[in-house]
Amino acid sequence: MFKQFIGGVEGIDQYLIFSMIVFLLFFTGVLLYVIFMKKEECDSLSSIPLNDSEISSHEE
Amino acid sequence: MTQLEKFSYDNKIVRDFGIATVVFGIIGMLVGLIAAIQLYEPGMNMGNPYTTFGRIRPLHTNAVIFAFVGNAIFMGVYYSLQRLCKTRMYSDTLSRIHFWGWQLIILAAAITLPLGITTSHEYAELEWPIDIAITLIWVVFGWNMFGTILRRRERHLYVAIWFYIATFVTVAVLHIVNSFELPIGFLKSYYWYAGVQDALVQWWYGHNAVAFFLTTPFLGLMYYYLPKAANRPVYSYKLSILHFWTLIFIYIWAGPHHLLYTSLPNWAQSLGTVFSIMLIAPSWGGMINGLLTLRGAWDKVREDAILKFFVVGVTAYGMATLEGPLLSLKNVNAIAHFTDWIVAHVHVGALGWNGMLTFAILYWLIPKIYNTKLFSKSMANTHFWLATLGMLFYAIPMYWSGWTQGQMWKDFGPDGMLVYPEFIKTTMAVEWMHIMRSIGGGIYLLGVFLMTYNLIKTVRTGKLVANEDAEAPALEKRYSDNRGFSHRVIERKPTLLLVLSLIVILIGGLVELIPTFLIKSNVPTIAAVQPYSPLELEGRDIYIREGCVNCHSQMVRPFRSETERYGEYSKAGEFVYDHPFLWGSKRTGPDLAREGTSKLFKQDSWHYYHLVKPQEMTQGSIMPAYKWLTTTDLNTNKTQSKISAMRRLGVPYPEGYENQALDKLKEQAQKIADNLKNEGVREEDGSVVSQDREVIALIAYLQRLGTDITKSQTANQ
Repeated sequence: MFKQFIGGVEGIDQYLIFSMIVFLLFFTGVLLYVIFMKKEECDSLSSIPLNDSEISSHEE
Repeated sequence: MTQLEKFSYDNKIVRDFGIATVVFGIIGMLVGLIAAIQLYEPGMNMGNPYTTFGRIRPLHTNAVIFAFVGNAIFMGVYYSLQRLCKTRMYSDTLSRIHFWGWQLIILAAAITLPLGITTSHEYAELEWPIDIAITLIWVVFGWNMFGTILRRRERHLYVAIWFYIATFVTVAVLHIVNSFELPIGFLKSYYWYAGVQDALVQWWYGHNAVAFFLTTPFLGLMYYYLPKAANRPVYSYKLSILHFWTLIFIYIWAGPHHLLYTSLPNWAQSLGTVFSIMLIAPSWGGMINGLLTLRGAWDKVREDAILKFFVVGVTAYGMATLEGPLLSLKNVNAIAHFTDWIVAHVHVGALGWNGMLTFAILYWLIPKIYNTKLFSKSMANTHFWLATLGMLFYAIPMYWSGWTQGQMWKDFGPDGMLVYPEFIKTTMAVEWMHIMRSIGGGIYLLGVFLMTYNLIKTVRTGKLVANEDAEAPALEKRYSDNRGFSHRVIERKPTLLLVLSLIVILIGGLVELIPTFLIKSNVPTIAAVQPYSPLELEGRDIYIREGCVNCHSQMVRPFRSETERYGEYSKAGEFVYDHPFLWGSKRTGPDLAREGTSKLFKQDSWHYYHLVKPQEMTQGSIMPAYKWLTTTDLNTNKTQSKISAMRRLGVPYPEGYENQALDKLKEQAQKIADNLKNEGVREEDGSVVSQDREVIALIAYLQRLGTDITKSQTANQ
């Protein structure tokens, strides 16, 4: 069915393949990075919004 | 240990944006309620041009998106950005220019849209001078934001800031690309693109306005305010990184799903569908990350109205982002497109996701900057229930209505004929659902009034801490990290983050847009398709001014149910002179793409009477009466420049045609006036209809619609 949709335009499959490859490379890159990220690093980064209460004089 | 530096946060600007959020929330929703009532009580159009549905529907969408949600974004960003960067906003002057500039743009929209000054592109209706103002103010916002980020005292950019940066850069790109217009005078312009190209650019914009104005900034706000309100860090920071990059990468591709089964090339439609399905993953990643942040704190959700708003808001986001991809499947879209289903879908997003999150942030933030406690928690809880029930009472009838419309339009009897050949039957069948929907909207608005009262009382018990004292160690100039490249490098460099975000969103945009513009075979031309006559062009501009496109599509999809009802399906080549395209996105009334063809033919007098007294011509019609078209004379001051402008845009009017334009216009107008006279039409005072009236031009346009292609068929035979 997919072929039927794209069949009408010549050379257009290159665009579809290109889009898919770009995305997969990109996704794999981000995924690998995230998998190898250290836990302490994550903890310190995710606590950034909660740290501001220590320095602000008006928050309880 | 580095010495602590003292500074202060600017809360005044946060307060100002907060007030604007509440005020425009009320106005935008009130206008929406009036528009909803007009759909079953045409009298609510109030008999004047300025308050008819076609003009106030864009007023409602613009007010809610850019005024209510826009101000809420700025309120949330200005508060959180300062704290996340541990510094005051870069410049108080820029903050003020941003605030007042944005409010002036809203004011300009509130004046021009009821006056019928519109480009007709959905969610981009504002004319070119306002477009320029939006660009300038957006730059001020970006400048102020980047100035603040560069002066920060916190090394790392928290995930919320990435969403803010992506929002800034993408909205800038979308707005500029979708605003290429050729001005014809101060408040009138034609889009540079025509037909299919214009449609693709518009829905690339329209879809991504939802993505990067209603979604990414709110995800940024979620990542800051939800942990703050729950007092625990976000569930998974890793998931937030994956969420951010995949979301902004995929979102930009999905625009063509707004144009399924239209004359857009099929490959672009398929690309839109594929990426829409892929979008479920990052969207749900975000939702899960939000909801699981509350792990171990669910007991608090029972007590705390703020967390309740967050839970329902984030859940509504999850529902809408699952539904969106499902609607992008061609078989589902075939039923849902042009119906109330889409209205239900966007309101789950708007009332649920944007509304609920905004309320949560207001309830959390206003007491903080006024150094006080919320006036009434039980009132906030009542608001939560009103908002939730209001949303359900809104959405459920609209789903029902959308399904009903989709089924009735497609229903064939055993004899192979349409069961409901008259469009009005569907309109009448969904009337009670529209009544229910306005009640739901009313309940939701009631909640907003309650919140406003609660917040005013809260403000009165406290005092604004305009400059909130804070201190933080200065950022060391050098930061050594010998582990080579990592995401933290990006997180430390806002400009790099901006450039990478820009590249990521440009890939999808370019792959989709460039082929449509370059490959000629994508828009096969049809020899019989000719430019509009000067009178038809003026009529088309009246059609745009009155916002007819808000209720009438001009796109016959290739379904038997549609070709049976309206005639030959629409071809890309039919729209090559349409600056802008007027395909529409909703069929509150019937499609008009083939209105002038012999299949649907109606006399000029029918159109005249139908525009003056629609209910007399079609019993049960909900169309407003357009009496002023029969009493106002057509302004032909710009006719010549319109023809010249169209030629510059590539419409093949012969050289010097503009000089004959007015004569041609009068000639054609006289013919229609003669027809009306012969068919017995008289003006209110009993005289024959003047050929100078606006209605004559609109009739000329309506009678022209869809006829080119039938001419070519006759020629072929």
